[in-house]
This record gives sequence, C-alpha cells and structure tokens, in this order.
Amino acid sequence: MKKAVVIILLLLGLAIVAKSLLPARNPAAFDVVGFSRLPVLVNGRVKPLDTVARSSLLVICGATYNDSSQSSLIFTPDKRQLNPDEWLLDVLFRPAQADTYQVIAVDNPDLLTLLNLRREEGLADRRFSFAQVEKSLAEIDRQARLAEPVEPQVRSAFQKAVVQLQSNIILYERLKESLISSDNQNFLAELFAFQNSLAASVEAVRAKQAGQPFDMAAARKLIENGQRFDQMARIGYLLAVPPVKGEADPNGWRNAGTALLETFQTGQVNPHVLAYAGLGHSWAGGNATDFNNILRLYRDQLVKGFPSALAKCTAEARFNAMKPFNTAMTLYVLAFFVAVVSWLKWPAELGRVAFWLILAAWLIATAGIVTRMWLEGRPPVTNLYSSALFVGFIAVGFCLGLEYFYRNAIGSVAAGVIGFSTLLIAYYLSLGGDTLEMMRAVLDSNFWLATHVVTVVAGYGATFLAGFLALIYIVRGVFTKSLDQPTADALARMVYGIVCFATLFSLIGTVLGGIWADQSWGRFWGWDPKENGALIIVIWNAVILHARWGGLVKQRGLMCLAVVGNIVTAWSWFGVNLLGVGLHSYGFVESTFLWLILFVLSQVAFIALANLPLARWRSFRQP
Amino acid sequence: MNDTVRQFRDFFVSLKLTVVLLVLSMGLVFAATLDQVNLGVWAVQAKYFHSLFVLWKIPGTDVPLPVYPGGYLLGGFLLVNLVSAHIYRFKLSGRKSGILLVHAGLILLLVGEFLTGLLQEEYQMALNEGQTKNYSESYRFNELVILDTTDPKFDDVVAVPEALLTTGSTLQHPKLPFRVVTKQYYPNATLSMRSGATGENPTLATAGIGPQITATPLPLTYKQDERNWPVIFVELLGPEGTLGTWLLSPQLPAPQTFDYGGHSWRLALRAERAYKPFSLTLLKFTHDVYLGTDIPKNYSSRLHLTAPDGKEDREVLVYMNNPLRYAGLTFYQASFDPSNDHNTILQVVRNPGWLLPYLSCVMMTLGLVVQFGIHILGFINKRRAVPATPA
Repeated sequence: MKKAVVIILLLLGLAIVAKSLLPARNPAAFDVVGFSRLPVLVNGRVKPLDTVARSSLLVICGATYNDSSQSSLIFTPDKRQLNPDEWLLDVLFRPAQADTYQVIAVDNPDLLTLLNLRREEGLADRRFSFAQVEKSLAEIDRQARLAEPVEPQVRSAFQKAVVQLQSNIILYERLKESLISSDNQNFLAELFAFQNSLAASVEAVRAKQAGQPFDMAAARKLIENGQRFDQMARIGYLLAVPPVKGEADPNGWRNAGTALLETFQTGQVNPHVLAYAGLGHSWAGGNATDFNNILRLYRDQLVKGFPSALAKCTAEARFNAMKPFNTAMTLYVLAFFVAVVSWLKWPAELGRVAFWLILAAWLIATAGIVTRMWLEGRPPVTNLYSSALFVGFIAVGFCLGLEYFYRNAIGSVAAGVIGFSTLLIAYYLSLGGDTLEMMRAVLDSNFWLATHVVTVVAGYGATFLAGFLALIYIVRGVFTKSLDQPTADALARMVYGIVCFATLFSLIGTVLGGIWADQSWGRFWGWDPKENGALIIVIWNAVILHARWGGLVKQRGLMCLAVVGNIVTAWSWFGVNLLGVGLHSYGFVESTFLWLILFVLSQVAFIALANLPLARWRSFRQP
Repeated sequence: MNDTVRQFRDFFVSLKLTVVLLVLSMGLVFAATLDQVNLGVWAVQAKYFHSLFVLWKIPGTDVPLPVYPGGYLLGGFLLVNLVSAHIYRFKLSGRKSGILLVHAGLILLLVGEFLTGLLQEEYQMALNEGQTKNYSESYRFNELVILDTTDPKFDDVVAVPEALLTTGSTLQHPKLPFRVVTKQYYPNATLSMRSGATGENPTLATAGIGPQITATPLPLTYKQDERNWPVIFVELLGPEGTLGTWLLSPQLPAPQTFDYGGHSWRLALRAERAYKPFSLTLLKFTHDVYLGTDIPKNYSSRLHLTAPDGKEDREVLVYMNNPLRYAGLTFYQASFDPSNDHNTILQVVRNPGWLLPYLSCVMMTLGLVVQFGIHILGFINKRRAVPATPA
C-alpha cells in the first residue's frame, strides 16, 4: 500500500513533467509552428512571431487571457478554436476575417455605453471584435485625447480604460499593416506587377516632371503604390525584414513598408517582403502545400545569414510552448499536499516523495530562469516579473537545503507554498505583455544587475522564507497537536539561520546598491523610496537578531518578528512602487495595492494568533 | 562606581536600547518614504533625516512640536550605543571577530553618511553643443547678482543667496553705491506678458523689462521633475533717492542693464553658481533608443576639458555608469533637454567622503561572512557528531 502510493505519486509527477515536454503540434496541414518561430524585431528585441502573438493577445484581451484555460480562447465566428499563432496569421494575412474575432477587452461600463455595446454582445461578457468597435473609432480617439493630458496616476477608471482601449486598437491596426497592405486583396500579385512595371512607371514620372508626354496610368499607379508603402512604413509594427549586412548590424531591422520604399532606389522588391507576401497569399488561399514550401525555402535562406537569431527564436518559441513555470507550479502544489500529509502519515516515505517533487519543480523553474537569461543575455533579475521568479528560486533553494539537513517535511511545505505563490505573482505580473524587456539606460549594467539586484532579491527571498517558516510554526502550534518540542526547536533554529542569511544578503545588496548609485547618480544614498525599502528590511533583520541575542524574545516572539518580516518585505517589494515617486519606480502596478493590504492584514492576523495564550494552543498542552 | 553611573552605563550598552533605536529608525524611514509623495525627496531629507527631531506644526499656527526623534538624534544614539557596548564588552576572540568587523563597518558607514550630509555639494552643468562653461549651477538655490561691468577686462560681482532676500529685507555692500531693498519675494511664480488691458493688477516694477511683465505667485512645488522659479522685486536706493524697482527671475533669459554713478551695471536673479579652475566644452551629445521603441539605450557626452594653466587639454567621454572624476569633482550624465537633442545636463558632485561606503561595505561583508561561516561550520559539525534525529 505504502509503496503503491509512493509510486503513483512519483508517476504523477513524471506525467506532469512529460506533458510539458511534448513538442508543439500543428493544428492542421499548415506549418504554423514553423511560421511562429520566424524572427522579427519588436520593442528593441529580436523575438519569434510566437512571442509577438502571445504578448499582443495578453495586452489586447486584457488580464483574463490565458491560453491554458478554456473560457478565454480565441474563436472564429463559426466557433472554430484558434491558437495564438493562427490568430496572428489571420491578423497579418486575412485582416478582414480577423476583424470579426472577439479579442478586444472592454470592461468599463461607461466605455461600453460610449461604444453602444452591451455586455451580452461580447465573448465572455467582455471581449469584442474589431468590427464591433470600429464604428466608434473617432469617438474613442477623441475621448483618449481628452484623457491623455491627465497624469496616469490620477486618471479616472473611465479615462484609464479609454486610453488603454485606444492603445490596444492602435497595436491591432499596426499589426495588420505589418506584412501586407491590409486594404489589398492580392498583395502578392500587386507586388509582382509593381516590380515588372517599375522601370516604365519611373520613366513616366520622370517624363511628367520634365514636362514631356507621359503614361498617365503608370505614373498614377506608381504614386499610389508609394503612398501605400509609406503608410505601411509609418505604422507597420513588426520589423520583419532583417539587416542587409547580416547579424553584425543589429540596428538594420526594418518593417516591410520601409523595405518596399527602398525598391525605388534598388529597383528590386525586397525578397523577404516577397516571401512574407507569398506566405500570406497561400495562407489566405488555404493552400497548405505552397505555404509550407515557401516557409521551408525562406527558413533555408534565413539560416544562412541569421543562424543565431533563428536558433534563439526557435528556442524561445519552444520555451513559450513548454511553459516551465506552469509545470513547476503544479508540481509545487502536489508536493505541498504530499508534505502536509507526511506530517500525519508515513513521514519518512511521503517526506521523501515531497522532497523529490520539490526538487523537480525547482529544477524546472531554474531551467526556465536560465533560458530567460540566455535569451536576454542578462543576469536573472531585470524587472519585477523576473524578481518574482528569483525570489522563488532563492527561497525554495534554501528549503531544499533545510530539508536535506532536517528531513521533517517543513522545508518542503514552505517550498510548496513559496514556490507556488511566487510563480503565481509572476504570472499576474506577466499579464502586461512581453516580460523580456529592454533595460533603460540607467539600469543597463550587467555587473550591477548581477551583484546588487540579485543580492537584494535574494534577501527578499530569505526574509520571506523565515516568515513562512514562522507561519508553519504558528499554524501547526495553534491548530494541531503536531508541534512537539523537538520540532518547535528545529523550526526556531531554521528561522534563526535563515534570518542570518537574509541579513547577509539584504545588507550587502543594499550597500552594493548605494555604490551603484554613487557610480551612476553621484551619491551613495539618496533616500529614494526603493532604497528606503531595502534599508527597512536590513534594519528589521537586525532587529530580529539583536532581540534574540539580547534575550528580549523567546521562540514565539522570534516567530512573530519573522512574520513582520513578511510585511516589511512585501512593502519593500511592491509597496514602494505604488508611491509612484523616485528613480526606482519602474514597476507601477495598481491592483497590487489591494493585494498588498490583504496580505498585510493576513500577516497581522497570524501574529495575533501567535499571541494567544499557550493554553489555547493545541500543541504544548501539558497532559 | 555609584548607582547612577552604573544605571547610565547599563542603559547605553544594552541590547534593548539597540532594538528600540532600530525599531524607531525603521518607523522614521517608513514615514519619510510615505511623506515623499507630499514633500519630495529634498524636503523629506531636511525634515526627517538631517534633524534632531521631526517637527509638526500645530494646525493653524506656526508653533512646531517635536513629535518623533530625527535622523541625527537616532543615528547619534545608535553610534553611542554601538561604541559603548563594544568598549564595555570588548574581548578579542576569534568567535566574535566577524561581529566586531560588521559593527566597525557600520560605524564607518554612519560617520561617512554624516560627513556626506555636511560636505557634499551637488550642482548641475547644462551645456549646448559647442558651448563652454567654467561653472556649474545649483538646481535648487538661486542668487541675486549685481555686476559692475565698467571695466571691459573683468566684471566685479556681488552675489546674494536667495535665502537672504525675504520681503522687506535691505542689503548694503561696500562695493555697491546703493542699497538693495527687496520689495516683494515670491518663492515660486509664473511670468506672463502684460496685455495692457484695464483691470490688470499694477506691478511694482518701474525699470528694466519688469513693467511689461506680470508675475503670478504659485504654491511651492515638491515634484521631482519640477523646480521652483522665484521672482523678486528689488528697489535700488542711492543717496539721492530711488533708481527704480526691477523684476528679477531666473526665468528671464538675460540680465538687465543700467548705468549709475558713471558705472555700467548688470542685475539678475540666477541659479547659484560654483566656478571651477577649468572649463568644459560639449563637443557632441548622443542619445540612443532601442530600435522600434522610446526606451533610452544610452546617453553620452563627449567633452573637451581645458585648464587655463595648460596642464589639461583633452577629450573625455561621460556616459551612463561612467562618470568623469576630476579635481575632486565627479561629473555624471544626469539628463538632457528633451526638446533639444544637442544639449546635455551633467550632475556635478563634490563628496570628499565617497570612499568610506566602499570601505565599510567590504568590512561588513567580510564580517558577516566570517560570523555566519563560523555558525554554519559549527552547525554542520554538530550534526555530523549526532546522526540526524527523526522529527
């Protein structure tokens, strides 16, 4: 029985891992997967079209878009389900069809009234098609212009919603003009005609300018094409045409429109643009054989000039499909329950299973972090999102160490909770779009990112871990009889040891931050909110250590202080960003405020619990 | 030792005092962080950290009440507590060496920050391409300058800090043949041209450009990206009566001139200047963004450094995280004028104590690593001796 349960649990873990390793499959005959791995430059970074599809959908569909949940998928009006890459293909190459897909999130009731829409007309009561909002575009622009002069922090809910909607619509329209001219039925044929008649048309325009007789139709066609390409050059979102000089020239990427305007100098339509037009033609015409052939030939060409861009994009698209952090989350939950049960039954066996599950989850999350570092060429922490991943990495890493020494499943329970919650926080932070962002000039220093930022965030992780261990002490002590004296003493030693590490990391990290500030802003310490947040963590850890050394607190007091450490760290991590002042306030997230308040209240409640008289605790009662 | 002295000593060396002081400091830092939303970072530093007490004015009056210990008081007490505890309990032992090192580093850090607070000077130097300057300017403090420009070879300058120019104040200076009376002082105001329409408020100004301008007072701003633009009306009084009243503001593009007593004078309210024994010329400012975004990738300023003694005559490049350190000053790439791509703003800082944090960082890191290393080794050895106990 025991053995069977252990084997079943391990197999379950294995199945969860295996599921994420399955390669992405094409939904139909078209090689959508191959297309989604083509490189384009967007927001300063070369990324696969797959990333563009996913992050654009995240932005346009709003916070509920999640491609693993059924309720928020994309459907065509005839209820056919699309994956993000198919959606992007339709936006790029069949814009008229894509306009009928309900993807644009509109939540605000006033905004719905403005658009003359009712909730019931939307998918899941909140998502509408471009066709549905198109008639109100002028009004949306006007309202957004009214709202824009207001500072973002003080905008009303309606103003925020209308500015967001306008920017989403602009993104959508820019996507549509990226590879083909969206108002053209057969762009490929148009390009061929343009190429063939180019010499004659240029001749006609020259003759016209020189006041000689000229071919009116040819000249007009040339000007028409020029205007259309110019429109694509101005608003096209994807810089899909790679540099002429190859990978040596990272600033040479441009969009299809710009490349088409170059035709007037070169006399040749850019082959990359032609390839995309060919892909578009066969996608729109439903010709999978042509599509796959063009794609194969195009990739063969690309790999000669851009091998590393193509390799990175392939890896990134695989990474997107594998979702290592989702897999790790599932494993953390499973491990948490196994570890909790191990306190009641079969401690040795289930404890070991929990340990292995945690280890597997941690390794997968670590592999995810390492992949991101490789893709970005950066140290692990570059923004709020990656700080959440790294807090989890550090805290769970410590838990594995604790579990290795103590073998009492406490490390595994803490790891399950912290691992899961940090990844959940990361998930919510990822809803803003692509999480591999470019670094602002002031932060663009791999040395300081690798030293200061990593140590400070490691300090967050360690302080949180001490706090969560204290929560385990309190919950087990108050609600169960399982907290015997040896376990309590072990927990106290763990909390103390982790607080020591937290002090080490946060102190060194904070001082390193000061040195970075001295290097780039000319002062060691400027009392900036983020600096103050880090300082508060250092001071609090010092308070815990001194209070313990001075005998001012015993076991329960130590636990209460450690729980306060959770509040202090959460404030420093998220709270200071809410103030919206200072040089560090790059991570403004609004609904965070509510969650922060709830978290603080919950921690206060735990402290209150810990202060119940011992007679009310279920553990420690003398028989 | 009598009882009072012992009590006194026990109080100052106690860990309880340390904990109380640390908790109070945390409260101070927290409150100061929140208050930055209202006051901005400079006013917060003065109110909370560079003070003995945080003062709170009873609403409706100007009576300040000390409501919380300020940075100097808490820092001072912490320092005394730390030093006396170490003297009292001092024992040279290997086991305590890490702790000793951490606290010595901490003392150095506190002292260094105190010195910085007293000695640091922060100015800015804004340069257009091709422009040469041998001075930097304050971005928070202004000065009234009166220049005697009679001699074409040099200017004779009298500079008065803004802080002395309160409404009604009178200044007399041996170099000036007139008294300077501040008739009105607005700490922050906006300027506009007078339309000449009836119903406009009369202006105090009678000379220079002042009569054509209206100054409207504004509340003080504490926002990080805004500054206060003061306006003063000064009347110059000679022995035989008034010379006129001028409106002065750093927002006026040029100084105003007048002749008196056979001398030519210039008059201006401008950002406080710090002159240098060398000059910098901006050769080129570059500002790159990431392709397809507005995210700044890099700012850099190529400058030419010249000293009149002929010892320096070279080009330097200042960019993000790479300042120019010269003559005890550090020039950082701070900003640029967004409306003009050929303009740079350098931060110019003098901080004689800049090395102390580096030293203290090394000491504290080493100390913590040593101390916790000893703990961990002890812990592992103990576990080796006793095989793992089941929980």
